[in-house]
Amino acid sequence: MKLLSRKASCNSHGQDSSYFAGWEEYEKNPYDDVKNPKGIIQMGLAENQLSFDLLESWLAKNPDAAGFKRNGESIFRELALFQDYHGLPAFKNALGEFMAEIRGNKVSFDSNKLVLTAGATSANETLIFCLANPGEAFLLPTPYYPGFDRDLKWRTEVEIVPIQCTSSNGFRITKSALEEAYQQAQNRNLKVKGVLVTNPSNPLGISLSRHELNLLLSFIAAKGIHLISDEIYSGTVFNSPGFVSIMEVLMNKKYVNSPVWDRVHIVYSLSKDLGLPGFRVGAIYSNDKMVVDAATKMSSFGLVSSQTQYLLSAMLSDKKFTKNYVTENHKRLKQRHAMLIRGLKNAGIPCLESNAGLFCWVDMRHLLSSKTFEAEMELWKKIVYQVGLNISPGSSCHCVEPGWFRMCFANMSEQTLDLAMQRIKSFVNSISYSNNLSPNQQHSNKSSRRKSFSKWVFGLSFHDRESER
Amino acid sequence: MELLSKIATNDGHGENSSYFDGWKAYDSDPFHPTKNIHGVIQMGLAENQLCFDLIQEWVENNPKASICTPQGSNDFKDISNYQDYHGLPEFRNSVARFMEKVRGNKVKFNPDRIVMSGGATGAHETLAFCLADPGEAFLVPTPYYPGYDRDLRWRTSIQLLPVVCESSNEFKLTREALEDAYEKAQEANIKVKGLILNNPSNPLGTVLDRDTLRDAMSFISEKDIHLICDEIYSATVFNEPDFISIAEIAEEGAVCKNRDLIHIVYSLSKDLGFPGFRVGIIYSYNDAVVNCARKMSSFGLVSTQTQHLIASMLSDDTFVEKFLDESAKRLAERQGLFSRGLAKVGIESLKGNAGLFCWMDLRRLLKEPTFEAEMELWHLIISEVKLNISPGASFHCLEPGWFRVCFANMDDETLRIALKRIHKFVIQEKGLDQPTTRKQCKRSKLELSLSFRRLDEFMMTPRTLSSPHSMTSPLVRART
Repeated sequence: MKLLSRKASCNSHGQDSSYFAGWEEYEKNPYDDVKNPKGIIQMGLAENQLSFDLLESWLAKNPDAAGFKRNGESIFRELALFQDYHGLPAFKNALGEFMAEIRGNKVSFDSNKLVLTAGATSANETLIFCLANPGEAFLLPTPYYPGFDRDLKWRTEVEIVPIQCTSSNGFRITKSALEEAYQQAQNRNLKVKGVLVTNPSNPLGISLSRHELNLLLSFIAAKGIHLISDEIYSGTVFNSPGFVSIMEVLMNKKYVNSPVWDRVHIVYSLSKDLGLPGFRVGAIYSNDKMVVDAATKMSSFGLVSSQTQYLLSAMLSDKKFTKNYVTENHKRLKQRHAMLIRGLKNAGIPCLESNAGLFCWVDMRHLLSSKTFEAEMELWKKIVYQVGLNISPGSSCHCVEPGWFRMCFANMSEQTLDLAMQRIKSFVNSISYSNNLSPNQQHSNKSSRRKSFSKWVFGLSFHDRESER
Repeated sequence: MELLSKIATNDGHGENSSYFDGWKAYDSDPFHPTKNIHGVIQMGLAENQLCFDLIQEWVENNPKASICTPQGSNDFKDISNYQDYHGLPEFRNSVARFMEKVRGNKVKFNPDRIVMSGGATGAHETLAFCLADPGEAFLVPTPYYPGYDRDLRWRTSIQLLPVVCESSNEFKLTREALEDAYEKAQEANIKVKGLILNNPSNPLGTVLDRDTLRDAMSFISEKDIHLICDEIYSATVFNEPDFISIAEIAEEGAVCKNRDLIHIVYSLSKDLGFPGFRVGIIYSYNDAVVNCARKMSSFGLVSTQTQHLIASMLSDDTFVEKFLDESAKRLAERQGLFSRGLAKVGIESLKGNAGLFCWMDLRRLLKEPTFEAEMELWHLIISEVKLNISPGASFHCLEPGWFRVCFANMDDETLRIALKRIHKFVIQEKGLDQPTTRKQCKRSKLELSLSFRRLDEFMMTPRTLSSPHSMTSPLVRART
């Protein structure tokens, strides 16, 4: 008899994807500026490590919050016993207000409609369990976060049908792409239950335009289906145009009393905006009472630790702190993003113009030996193993065009980013030298050209530094 | 088109079960020693509140464990950033060592086999996802924790089939009952993938003896099915006989032929009294299950803030030893106080040596040996005696009249008040019921078997969780 379940024996957990293979390589040989300067630099992890000092200084000034105390009195017992899946009211209120603040207070969130979950991973899975039956489908614009293959499909047995977005229009969602995806699902005999978008987008780093949001609402209205808006990166919009949440557009008169009102659900988390992925704080927000009820019950499978809820309720209720944090965080992200763009430009590598996220969507199509995914894989392997950068290939994000890569910029120090840029520049130069593609990209240091492909990159870290940008 | 999924709209969450009616009564009128002395006393919540003073003291003396205090804040960045589903190594190590201590160091646990989950709730669901496909089944001895119906079945679509345990032999699990349940499944064309044991047992408050464990082990080996042992109450054993973990039996080569079939569920919610911290653990001897469960743990990881606290606390050997000793002592005292109090008015309970509750025998107080009578008695106890206790039916007990009463989630004074109320009630009932009880006994045996048959149907269609109001079926009404 087959010992384990189908779910345990199949590949739907998605971890055979290249997205994770790169991580494994990094784990085997991780860069460290002192202990392993030749190691692989992790640029495949969308983490926000830029503003920890702000959190640390808040904690230093507010020791009670983490010390299980309220006004100097221990509340350890109450917290240890608190397992109500409705969540700590103070925390939900503070979280709702924080979410509103990120949206410029153009929308407000009712904490009764908020469900706490163990990270956005759990929020997304829970919503799918609530909205779709096994074998049914959700439409997702490509490219999308590789983790969705696991989160949305694995245990739920729901299918993802892609909404193909292309570079021809900056990967924006179009009406025809939506219709085509819906049709595709019909052809495959899959009942579509909704659309899921990430706004701002991972991996694109762009916030959805009002036009796209309206398009989405009209589409789901016409088809009678749901819309999940994963707004996990909402607090990372560092440039104009500002962030427009689906909730803002929903407040428009024509949607307020329509059936669509109940069919739009938001997913949020503190993993990206506050940089606290370890604390597992996710949330679902929905206007549909039945969804809130069902999701609340399901949250039993992944509640947020009361210890963490309490700490964060104190932190997020400190409005002075949150206001300052949001502003400062934007500033630092903007700076870091600019640094990556400059570095890539210097290497002749363009990026999709972006205003959000912790990464750039990088265009390396011109470096492919052919316009194929095989060539993309070939290039990717070179970048991981030889250049020593773990970046994420577009194919792992289900991009339909080969040659695009996601590179993260907020999970390392400036020095490390600088080094990464040097490595990529040298790599590009050596290719252009050997392929004679761009004579303009001549390397000023002749000696490095003589080094063999596998040896040159390691010498670069100390001896062959480029002139600083 | 149905807007929501079947799972979102069915009753699989189990919250329409009678188990929760008492909670609702409590919520609307909760007892308070000064503000609401006549309110409902919560005796339906299996929580361990007896040793918080010890823990609080430890927390105050070890501020570094709360990473965000000045002493511990150096660790803040690394910990809050760490989202690896393997879990902090110090967390896994300390949990493994703790589990070993609880088992008297008679077994060893490999920290690499420790997988996190969202409480034991998450652990059970994850194991079900790993081991069974929709429509397949696990066997579970009755009476059992009502939450299993949701945890193991709701989103997984697997079935739970009862292994009947009876009061005639103190609800012990017999090989016969196991074989019977398995056969019934075969006849109904349901594929059985495993057996769930809860040891110590909720609601019985007893531990499984070595023979029973060996029997269970040989049964699952023979049928080539999994064995999930929920040991969530392992450190609440306060009297003899000693707790014997399945881990011990797993090391007996003669009995355990295939360790790939053995999995343990654990949590800190009962032993330490930390349900709010959501620390669930899966320990599997099967590499593929460890790998799969670990990937699934992404859906319910333990907050690293909590992992860090727990790691610090459980690595403090002196504290852990003192805690385990003191906790067992206080539980023994509390249980003793309660069962003696019950005995004073002639109420027996199953002789238990573990857990946070008593399995109370109120069969004598039933108007008739039916589940309707049990419901009636229960509603009476909630509304007039003002105690929220849990009726045996909600635990799928096949014999009416048994109730689970929790004793570790309140202080001594509240427990005394509860006992006083029980005394008063029993004395009243004794006076009122005696003539009626005799009359009821004369009723036909047919009615008895009708009630049991109905329950049988209820048991074999696990998806329909009936509320007390649906207990009256046409079969019963026909008799009047």
